[in-house]
Amino acid sequence: MPSDTLRQKLLRGARDGLPVGLGYFAVAFSLGITAKAAGLSPVQGFIASFLNHASAGEYALFSLIAAHAAYWEVAVVIFITNMRYLLMSAALSQKISPETPFFHRPLIGFGITDEIFGLGIAYKGWLSPAYLYSAFLVADLFWASGTATGIVAGNILPQNVVSALSVAIYGMFLAIIVPPARQNRVVAALVLISFACSFVFSVLPLVSALSDGMKVIILTVAISAAAALLFPVADAPAEGGEAA
Amino acid sequence: MTRSIYVYLLVAALVSFLIRVLPLTLIRRQITNRFLRSFLYYVPYVTLAVMTFPAIVSAAQYPVAGIAALIVGVVLAWLGAGLFPVAIACCASVFLVEFLIGLI
Repeated sequence: MPSDTLRQKLLRGARDGLPVGLGYFAVAFSLGITAKAAGLSPVQGFIASFLNHASAGEYALFSLIAAHAAYWEVAVVIFITNMRYLLMSAALSQKISPETPFFHRPLIGFGITDEIFGLGIAYKGWLSPAYLYSAFLVADLFWASGTATGIVAGNILPQNVVSALSVAIYGMFLAIIVPPARQNRVVAALVLISFACSFVFSVLPLVSALSDGMKVIILTVAISAAAALLFPVADAPAEGGEAA
Repeated sequence: MTRSIYVYLLVAALVSFLIRVLPLTLIRRQITNRFLRSFLYYVPYVTLAVMTFPAIVSAAQYPVAGIAALIVGVVLAWLGAGLFPVAIACCASVFLVEFLIGLI
């Protein structure tokens, strides 16, 4: 039943998008406080978050607006803070079935966030656009309304609740990377090496001054390239589930 | 110098959109080059790992709470728990540890 499977995919997407959305809401709430300081109305905050859906990029955007920066500066800073999505987009391109119509590609691309990318990678086999749209829409509506609520309401969530919710996203990341690491020693070693290098980058003088987005790019490219040279993966699997 | 907030939002949205969409629309075929395929295979795990640690430790109010969340998350994920249970368990560990710290 094609309609049944579509419905199941949409439901599954919404179910997986919900924890993402809850984590987003708390983060977006604090983002809203920054947006308010930059003079954004709740509607503008909602639009900014719905379209950009990138925490670091939006923090940068709101501080630039507050500083009355030039438009081109905004373009450059958004490009740098969001550059890691180029890599994620390239990785996802390999998860899309040759039979998927072209118009899904820009739509899937638009939805890429760290977490939605994670869900896409965890999806078994070729990526289902319906699943990803559903997860993205649920999560992004929480993100955008969280920002708007933050602009309206400021600090109403108690600090301990914000603190607890702020690790939700990392918990999800662990749920995505740990099971493959258990099955594949190379992936397990890479996860540990990534943890270690990321820690070193966060404390090392000079390097720690780089933006978070830049650190992610440098480490991802360097570690993945080294792994690809030392441990090339076997030939293409029958259907696009290679990263699942 | 007055600039429109809507133009700022438009510029940011446009750049974000292009970054996310270009590779997906330009790379339309399965890559056959072994190095590139291997590279893209490893990218997700490395990216997500790099973003998780040490960020999870500093995300909570107290680093101890973040470390507790990390340990609980790794153990549950290792045992095969899904995204939602792991995420909630991490939140609960932070809440609990910070509650205990508050009692001291």
